[in-house]
Amino acid sequence: MPQSAEHVLDHVELFRGPEYQQMLAKKKIFENPRDPAEVERIKEWTKTAEYREKNFAREALAVNPAKACQPLGAVFASVGFERTLPFVHGSQGCVAYYRSHLSRHFKEPSSCVSSSMTEDAAVFGGLNNMTDGLANSYKMYKPKMIAVSTTCMAEVIGDDLNAFIKTSKEKGSVPADFDVPFAHTPAFVGSHVTGYDNALKGILEHFWDGKAGTAPKLERKPNGAINIIGGFDGYTVGNLREIKRILELMGIQHTVLADNSEVFDTPTDGEFRMYDGGTTLKDAANAIHAKATISMQQWCTEKTLSFAAEHGQDVLSFNYPVGLSATDDFIVALSRISGKEIPEQLARERGRLVDAIADSSAHVHGKKFAIYGDPDLCYGLAAFLLELGAEPTHVLSTNGNKAWQEKMQALLASSPFGQGCQVYPGRDLWHMRSLLFTEPVDFLIGNTYGKYLERDTATPLIRIGFPIFDRHHHHRSPIWGYQGGLNVLVKILDKIFDEIDNKTNILGKTDYSFDIIR
Amino acid sequence: MSLATTNSVAEIRARNKELIEEVLKVYPEKTAKRRAKHLNVHQAGKSDCGVKSNIKSIPGVMTIRGCAYAGSKGVVWGPIKDMVHISHGPVGCGQYSWGSRRNYYVGTTGIDSFVTLQFTSDFQEKDIVFGGDKKLDKILDEIQELFPLNNGITIQSECPVGLIGDDIEAVSRAKSKEYGGKTIVPVRCEGFRGVSQSLGHHIANDAVRDWIFGHIEAEGKPKFEPTPYDVAIIGDYNIGGDAWSSRILLEEMGLRVIAQWSGDGSLAELEATPKAKLNILHCYRSMNYISRHMEEKFGIPWCEYNFFGPSKIADSLRRIAGYFDDEIKEGAERVIEKYQPLVDAVIAKYRPRLEGKTVMLYVGGLRPRHVIGAYEDLGMDVIGTGYEFGHNDDYQRTAQHYVKDSTLIYDDVNGYEFERFVEKLQPDLVGSGIKEKYVFQKMSVPFRQMHSWDYSGPYHGYDGFAIFARDMDMAVNSPIWKRTKAPWKEAPSAKLQAAE
Ligand code: SF4
Ligand code: SF4
Repeated sequence: MPQSAEHVLDHVELFRGPEYQQMLAKKKIFENPRDPAEVERIKEWTKTAEYREKNFAREALAVNPAKACQPLGAVFASVGFERTLPFVHGSQGCVAYYRSHLSRHFKEPSSCVSSSMTEDAAVFGGLNNMTDGLANSYKMYKPKMIAVSTTCMAEVIGDDLNAFIKTSKEKGSVPADFDVPFAHTPAFVGSHVTGYDNALKGILEHFWDGKAGTAPKLERKPNGAINIIGGFDGYTVGNLREIKRILELMGIQHTVLADNSEVFDTPTDGEFRMYDGGTTLKDAANAIHAKATISMQQWCTEKTLSFAAEHGQDVLSFNYPVGLSATDDFIVALSRISGKEIPEQLARERGRLVDAIADSSAHVHGKKFAIYGDPDLCYGLAAFLLELGAEPTHVLSTNGNKAWQEKMQALLASSPFGQGCQVYPGRDLWHMRSLLFTEPVDFLIGNTYGKYLERDTATPLIRIGFPIFDRHHHHRSPIWGYQGGLNVLVKILDKIFDEIDNKTNILGKTDYSFDIIR
Repeated sequence: MSLATTNSVAEIRARNKELIEEVLKVYPEKTAKRRAKHLNVHQAGKSDCGVKSNIKSIPGVMTIRGCAYAGSKGVVWGPIKDMVHISHGPVGCGQYSWGSRRNYYVGTTGIDSFVTLQFTSDFQEKDIVFGGDKKLDKILDEIQELFPLNNGITIQSECPVGLIGDDIEAVSRAKSKEYGGKTIVPVRCEGFRGVSQSLGHHIANDAVRDWIFGHIEAEGKPKFEPTPYDVAIIGDYNIGGDAWSSRILLEEMGLRVIAQWSGDGSLAELEATPKAKLNILHCYRSMNYISRHMEEKFGIPWCEYNFFGPSKIADSLRRIAGYFDDEIKEGAERVIEKYQPLVDAVIAKYRPRLEGKTVMLYVGGLRPRHVIGAYEDLGMDVIGTGYEFGHNDDYQRTAQHYVKDSTLIYDDVNGYEFERFVEKLQPDLVGSGIKEKYVFQKMSVPFRQMHSWDYSGPYHGYDGFAIFARDMDMAVNSPIWKRTKAPWKEAPSAKLQAAE
């Protein structure tokens, strides 16, 4: 018996002993298993160029895609406003999934309600669900705002949010002047980054353009402030805090829109804060007067930015700025738009990042990387690798489109280190598997699901992305700003050094190269 | 320190009743009426817990429930390892349920086993407008080409499929024929069907009945020689290896397990199950349907069992042995005896640390009752429990065999109610899901996830009990819970005092 009270073995060790191994071997005969030689043959075949070709010829099937659906992004954006309850109109199972997904990444509560539509609502429409749902949510959770989005059920049957919310208000579900912005977020269009965009635009439209016809439209009186939008970001906690620190250092009047950096990082002190922090509703409305709106992620905010531009603001977007040049561009733009000087403090932080790169770049230089993730994240990481002298080789984004591909290609073409790189929009991680087998790289950058690729192809994984389920707390540290760039550099270097150690730690075989100084 | 243990049963009952009244006050009248039927204080001697169940959740209340797709793909079908399970519809549902349930299996992932892959048809607008059947047809071809060692394919419908009039059954039939009788199973588990995961279990069971059992040849040769001791484990999803730490006991007592449903299971095992002499059923909620069907159709008896905690394990081993001859009965005694020293050592080590601690549970369709015995073996006291998707037969079993007088019962509890209950009763431990975990930990209440075992496990069987005890101890007695208040902020639990 392997188990004991003194040294309790759980799944990591329990099943490795002879008792369980014998049991599992005996189980095989009931499984009608494939011939091991055949399994081996197919396994090897999946590593070939021939398989890759078939794999890339796929037209209908997605295997391990790296994207989620729109409402997830809508929920993520909505909780970035003061006491705002996301309300997803449609089936309730989806909401259970969004909440779990966000909680597994942030290790935080994630509050969101559903209108719990069922079969009868599929036939008659979900108006009653909306009416009852808003009334219940309003009374139970005392929100200051309820932000409505939709699951694909509500979209397929064509429920009209604007009309439903209006009717619900007439029926007294919530007071007539209570803020209920909305966005249609069909899961069969785009991805979670599209949902972020739609929801945020819906909220701004609500405040700026007369609350769905129930209030006068706001008249823009331009001031010197800047709006900042983070976009869908697994590092939102660390990143938004870093951006705010930079803005404060520069003395720029600003509003971070959809600021969810507090709600996804509440303290444990005996009190559950269902709502915390967030852009105040007043600030959301006043954001119309800002001089400019800056998005940190172009593909998360295409509609929102055009909306801001239509209202007369200057708009500017970045592509997940990571590292030196991207941060330079961001800081210089802030200074240009605000007319504020760049404080010495930031120059020193920049110098420290340069210092760190200079100290360590010999270890990164010439290393080949594969990257996958959301379109902006891929761009930002690739740009940073180029400036480290590393060679991005495969850049893949399941939710990247043609425009993204072109922009990526232009970036790669601009650097001698980007010449050998291919860009893959709309592809998934099973495609990436073929790429890693047929054109191997030194390191892979991606989210938690990259661990399957790491296991199959033995490409070491550097975890940067969303979701990260199997490592804790990285979202609390920024990867934007000069300090964030330093964090990314350290993540990459740690993995590189670990790999050298792993390759040189066999006693009696590789006692050389197992160096104490690197 | 627990409030619950310092009072008499009558006092607890009165307090729990008052608590329910208080909680109901928050609702609009109509909702209060509906929710009142789902909340109760258990009365000893009653045949059920006195709550309504398996009823639609109320919009906007933050129900914890999921959907039929989760019940079928996530629970019943997903763990069958040698079949490819397509999340048919848009990308979301499959993405959120990808690999998160830890249904352990042995196999070469991506080659002959597919549990931790996310296959989806990733519907786009045109698929919604023009229908998804053509796409499905092509997907099946692509799976056959790229994953040639799959032993079968299931189609797990997401919401849109049932709304746009697709005929996935026709596609399945045609493609099955094209591939020489390949097992292709369409499952109508769209998320809007039913009121929770529960209907998804049922639909998934029916799909096994119709598309697996309906297609096996009656006189098909078994791949192995039958014995009088063949049993099938039904309703164990091998979370963290639960089915393995169960199987080992059954085999040690002399039985032969010919199939696991569905953790670490295979199509061949499903097909061979009609040859079993007894179906032993762990999760009654999710697989009673197929057990009843096999009883009717193949005359296979089934018996429920509970492998949480030594008391229930011993009961269950004896109950199972009761279906067999003396050799097996002796085998059961031998197993119980063999593990007794382990049980004694685990209890000697952990019971003193856990004695008298109170627990509140809220889990799916089985564990709200099944784990109570394991807590009691450790001297702990379950003071509240409820089901996410139980039916009345679950509440009957709960009332008749598990809960104590005056236990607080909450069916389909929502975020608001659960927080208030916990805030007021201040249990030493809450056992529920990922969506609840961080809420209660913020409130400084120790917590264990009781769906996923908080990434630990197995919890089934004697080996599992040791892990269960260790985990509960490390949750309840973690030193961090004494340090959640900043020392310069006086009153230790201001909120609680105000509430009293
Ligand atoms: S894809 Fe549709 S059904 Fe699935 S989780 Fe997203 S909104 Fe819900
Ligand atoms: S044991 Fe619980 S979680 Fe598991 S299938 Fe049954 S009801 Fe669901």
